[in-house]
Amino acid sequence: MNRSMSWFNVTSLTLGFAFLYLPMMILIFYSFNASKLVTVWAGFSTKWYGELLHNKQFLDAAWVTLRVGVMSSTAATILGTMAAYVMVRGGRFFGRTLFSGMIYAPLVMPEVITGLSLLLLFIAIGLDRGIFTIVLAHTTFSMCYVSVVVSSRLMTFDRSLEEAALDLGCSPFDAFKSVTLPIITPAVISGWLLAFTLSLDDLVIASFASGPSSTTLPIKIFSAVRLGVSPEINALSTIMIGIVATGVITTSLISKNAIRRQRQEELEGTKL
Amino acid sequence: MAEANPQKVFAPWEDPNQAPLIRFEGVTKKFGTFTAVDDLNLDIYRGEFFALLGPSGCGKTTLMRMLAGFEDPTMGKIWLDDVDVAPIPPNRRPVNMMFQSYALFPHLTVWDNIAFGLKRSDMPKDKIGDRVQEMLRLTRLEQFAKRKPHQISGGQRQRVALARSLAKAPKLLLLDEPLGALDKKLRQETQFELMDIQEKTGTTFVIVTHDQEEAMTVATRVAVMDHGKLVQVATPAGIYETPNSVYVADFIGEVNIIEGAAAPTGDGKVDIAFAEGAEPIHATIGEPVTAGQKVFFAIRPEKIHVGREPDPTRANRIRGKVHDIAYLGNISTYRVELETGQMISAQMTNARRLSRRDFTWEDEVWLSWTDTAGVVLTR
Repeated sequence: MNRSMSWFNVTSLTLGFAFLYLPMMILIFYSFNASKLVTVWAGFSTKWYGELLHNKQFLDAAWVTLRVGVMSSTAATILGTMAAYVMVRGGRFFGRTLFSGMIYAPLVMPEVITGLSLLLLFIAIGLDRGIFTIVLAHTTFSMCYVSVVVSSRLMTFDRSLEEAALDLGCSPFDAFKSVTLPIITPAVISGWLLAFTLSLDDLVIASFASGPSSTTLPIKIFSAVRLGVSPEINALSTIMIGIVATGVITTSLISKNAIRRQRQEELEGTKL
Repeated sequence: MAEANPQKVFAPWEDPNQAPLIRFEGVTKKFGTFTAVDDLNLDIYRGEFFALLGPSGCGKTTLMRMLAGFEDPTMGKIWLDDVDVAPIPPNRRPVNMMFQSYALFPHLTVWDNIAFGLKRSDMPKDKIGDRVQEMLRLTRLEQFAKRKPHQISGGQRQRVALARSLAKAPKLLLLDEPLGALDKKLRQETQFELMDIQEKTGTTFVIVTHDQEEAMTVATRVAVMDHGKLVQVATPAGIYETPNSVYVADFIGEVNIIEGAAAPTGDGKVDIAFAEGAEPIHATIGEPVTAGQKVFFAIRPEKIHVGREPDPTRANRIRGKVHDIAYLGNISTYRVELETGQMISAQMTNARRLSRRDFTWEDEVWLSWTDTAGVVLTR
């Protein structure tokens, strides 16, 4: 754009971004504070990050969170991709609309209700709450996000590619594995990262599904803050912001690149 | 030409001892209430280059997809080499297909695309390389083996698709509008290439197209389809010269259709009264007609001679006025208005230079044609 932005546009942009990011900037800023008092600046220091490394409780919680994140997002990606495949490729079958609606329902379901119902389920079947139940819970709610991402990719997928694979001797599973999956991989990775990020910062559902032995980082932070904000928490939160931001940026870069390349290929396909 | 030696002509459909490679037996395909293919019977022989021709929605693609195994017939049977193919899934059929979109795998190189089917066959690993090389040579793609599909041109992609579908040496190759995405010049070159490759490999080809010129060029036989039914199955010359219906005559090339009442005059001739007060058209009949029956006289523009004077050697001579001239370089098409109001197209080759052309707009001319130049159709 050649035109420089008007005074009004600059102001609204600044206000908007300030509204969105000022709280986080303050948090990140104070995580480098030398003072133990959160709101009093006493010079730059990274000591709280060092301190964090010696806090066993936080480290344990971080380890739990990481394991839950990897396991639940992997499970959610597998299930979500399968669901997306059936919805896009399954053709018409009895109850298809109901099924696809039900897959997307958890997107808008209040988390408290999802958490509570899972809790009731775990109690009903006598499952001890721990890491495993958190993984199950996170898989449940992040699966629909994966299936949204993957099904939107599958909808633009040229069906004749799969038919060509079948025609050349692939079994349906082989066709999926050697043709469909490699082509939709960017979408699947995006889905995984999205699920991982969601699992990383979930508090509500995790607090319903977790047991005394398995505390995730968000739960730990939440309970620590109730005793007072410490610079250590600021440091920890800064790290989490970093991880989530990396995940989100990677996701958007992957999908943007994939879309651009796909467009380019389509363009070259029509123009000879 | 091959016609000079009748024993050499490839016409297995005329030989009652030949067993067809493909046999459609009362095949019907319905999608919901829509009937895409309607009780169709058809034999296709080994070594043929068979064209399914028709407008979009006539069922030709459905017919092909049933051969490939992507659709199941609602009724009837399809035999391939005397085997009922109904229970065989697409990946087990000795049939390969070249897709309209080419359907090249974008994540694989040209080499891997061609090797894709071979790797899934029982061909030993060390033979695959040779076979791929052979296919690359056949389609002149050797130097593109390492490229990905988006790094080559449309014509090259078309050849990769062909190489990939031929690699497994299928009994039958299906081509779904294979040249649709190419521009005209490339399409014509590719048509000859296709014929060449078909001849070299001896594979039976079935091509689906809506382009009548393409079907005429490549095919040994053409099946004209409409609304899920075969209207006519014949050689390109047969389809063009002796169409069996107005639909076929009109679909293939240009044609003048004149409606009239038949008056048989014996020994296979008929007079067709097409307008009050006009001399009837003298023509030869293919099928018997009764006196007074409504018939259609179909005649190609190039069969009509345009002249200043009536040609006494031709049975039909009608006077008209030049309404329009389309000069196409090698030929000119004249649209001539008869005194009875009908508009007739006639074509003359431009043997002379333009400056010495005989007629111009509004000139009075005589249209002449022999009594065997056109066909008499009853439907």
